[in-house]
Amino acid sequence: MGLITALQSLLTACLRMAAPLIYTTIGETYDERAGVVNIGLEGLMLIGACTAFVVAFFAHSMALALLMAALVAGVFGLIFAYVTVTLQANQIVTGTAYNLIGLGLSSFVYRVLFSNSADTRLEPLQPVSIPVLSRIPFIGPILFQQTWLVYGALLLAIAAAVVLNKTMLGLSLRAAGEHPRAVATAGLSVVRLRYGAAIFGAMLAGIGGAYLPIAWVGVFVENMVAGRGFIALAIVVFGRWKPMGMLWACLLFGFAYALQLRLQTQNLQVAYQLLQVLPYLATIVIMIVMRGQSAQPKAMGVPYTERA
Amino acid sequence: MSPILRADSVSARDGTGGPCARVRLIDICKSFGALRANDHVSLEVMPGEVMCLLGENGAGKSTLMNILYGLYRCDEGRIEIDGQAVSIRSPHEALAHGIGMVHQHFMLVPPLTVTENVILGTRSLFRHGSILPDMRSVEKQVDEVACRYSLRIDAAARVSMLSVGEQQRVEIVKALYRGVRLLILDEPTAVLTPQETDELFHTLRVLTAAGLSIVFITHKLNEVMAAADRVTVLRDGVVVGRRLIGETSQQELAQLMVGRDVQMTIEKGSARPGAEVLEVADLTVAGDEGRKLLDGISLHVRAGEILGIAGVDGNGQRELALAITGLLKPAGGRICIAGKDLTGKPPHEIIEAGARFIPEDRQSEGLVLDFTIAENLILKSFAKPPFAVRQMLQRQAIDDYARRIVKTFDVRTSSVHAKTADLSGGNQQKVVLGREIDQHPVLLVAAQPTRGLDVGATEYIHKALLEQRDRGVAILLISTELEEVLALSDRIAVIYEGRIAGEVAGDRANTQRIGLLMAGVRREDCD
Repeated sequence: MGLITALQSLLTACLRMAAPLIYTTIGETYDERAGVVNIGLEGLMLIGACTAFVVAFFAHSMALALLMAALVAGVFGLIFAYVTVTLQANQIVTGTAYNLIGLGLSSFVYRVLFSNSADTRLEPLQPVSIPVLSRIPFIGPILFQQTWLVYGALLLAIAAAVVLNKTMLGLSLRAAGEHPRAVATAGLSVVRLRYGAAIFGAMLAGIGGAYLPIAWVGVFVENMVAGRGFIALAIVVFGRWKPMGMLWACLLFGFAYALQLRLQTQNLQVAYQLLQVLPYLATIVIMIVMRGQSAQPKAMGVPYTERA
Repeated sequence: MSPILRADSVSARDGTGGPCARVRLIDICKSFGALRANDHVSLEVMPGEVMCLLGENGAGKSTLMNILYGLYRCDEGRIEIDGQAVSIRSPHEALAHGIGMVHQHFMLVPPLTVTENVILGTRSLFRHGSILPDMRSVEKQVDEVACRYSLRIDAAARVSMLSVGEQQRVEIVKALYRGVRLLILDEPTAVLTPQETDELFHTLRVLTAAGLSIVFITHKLNEVMAAADRVTVLRDGVVVGRRLIGETSQQELAQLMVGRDVQMTIEKGSARPGAEVLEVADLTVAGDEGRKLLDGISLHVRAGEILGIAGVDGNGQRELALAITGLLKPAGGRICIAGKDLTGKPPHEIIEAGARFIPEDRQSEGLVLDFTIAENLILKSFAKPPFAVRQMLQRQAIDDYARRIVKTFDVRTSSVHAKTADLSGGNQQKVVLGREIDQHPVLLVAAQPTRGLDVGATEYIHKALLEQRDRGVAILLISTELEEVLALSDRIAVIYEGRIAGEVAGDRANTQRIGLLMAGVRREDCD
């Protein structure tokens, strides 16, 4: 019985740890499928985390916090699109700048607002039990006793898959990342599609970052995203640029996070830093295993010019 | 088969452009910087005719059609459709006016299906109906359109699985599905076998019989004679002639296109082959996912002969050239040059053995465009005297050498210190040629040596290759231009899917037979 409970709480934690990754990777999947690579996810997540914490702390509204995180990150997405799509700057360099800006800006804002405050905790989101379903033995508590942000992540993955595969919008996005000129000659605007994808991707990264303070720990800590933005980039490769692939890949990484947390509490004779390495180690292993990359969108990272 | 065939159509009309013209371009001007790509160009296309737009590379044909298709904006001039003045600012608007275009490089998304490619951009993204329609029923619609014009395609197939000829049919169906009434085909035969070309011409007749107008862009005279009702000739951005096909000849068109008399055939003496220089045995090159890009290629070239490699683009020509020159490591087989086994050896050893290479893409592989002509000319010999002494470049020696080459090979430039990027394609190729053949090679691998060059430069390169042959150089000529292979080669090998499909002697060669080999029909079947 002890083992079952342990497994149950491990899997519950797995889902909880996977949710921010799901938001971020779904956004990046759309981004990259449309041909734009934003490696600035780490920075965008930090901006989202900071914004959400500040709004939640002062306005006491989780929904507003989430909305503002998405909007602020969305503005950064718009700037990213302007710089990389319109001005055709290098996407990798721009993304790197975003990581630096995100770290600096979020730390700066936090220090300015909270350096004199003693109590900077807020009550994180509480799980919402879904009637009936949460009573299903074993899986009920895992799947149906979570915060609404976790439910949102699961629904988002499904919706993202449907839109990408079953709508004209999804078809056009996929085409824009493979052969943008074909999209242009078919009478569609590559620029608009890529702007849309870049803004959408950034907004979701903002939500992914916001998740950490408002749905998980209840505080903001400098650099609290701790590499999740970079891991998300690897997950997109691992999930082969498919929304449902993201779901499974994120659950796997969520499991790695949950496992290392669990092991840390087990009083093992191992330095906890070694256990913390687990998700990052998994990333490296996966990048090595997935080195074929044949599913990568052909025009990913390549600026589109109207000139023939 | 086609219910809407019209019996009255296929006939050439006069070129005066009455009010019934489907499309009229009037006084179109377009400049790129200092270059006048189109200078007061006017032309009209009638319903139900094939109008050929003939001109050399750089004459302004594609620019003109890109203006009509809304990809470029013209600086001056007007466009009329069915007598109505229109402005076309994007492909979207061109399509709305019933103008479709099949680009030289296909605008198809390989991982998507034929149907997905066809419906891309045909429905609103956000309003109702943005949900992908039932694929089965759309596939049926696509099939119906294809059948109506007797175009064979599989609407459910993934585009990446289709042959080039099939992809071109998909492009045509894509335009027809949108109900275009004028179809622009930009150099459509460049990627086709002779048989596929014939099939395309048949399709064009079906389309015009149904009342469509076709603009057919080409620089190949025999195709104009075979496919067109009327021809408009462009030279240096200016219309230099309009003719009805029945009232002109290849000779006249060639003269109009080039601006002077041209020799239609190359005079070639018979070869005096000597010792074997290049021997390739069972050469295999592996690609991604275990596919073989070259699969057991064997061939040999003797001193003083040209072996032509014919084939449709993408059948392993590129890999063959790269493997022989050491830029691609073979997975198996043997490459010997002048009796020396050089399999898997680095390029500098192969150069040392006397092999030289004219790469297929002179701009990215043959030259460093930002370097001067002089610098490009010593790319393969800069480290040795007289160009370098004690690791220091000797400017004087380099410039003297460069001036000599520029003179010998007739490179038109103001100075050897000019950037190669500023030269015309023909002059760039002369720089490559000069660098590669001045040092008396024993073997010359020439990949697509005249791609994108005008008639004058092409003639020059051809003469130079024959001259090298007569000097005893073994030449491997890899070209997708069948005419070129036929004109220059002493023997012709046809490459298909990474194998040599068959070999014929140059003098016995005929287009029909090589065409079948190019299409993968086995040798015994075509005898």
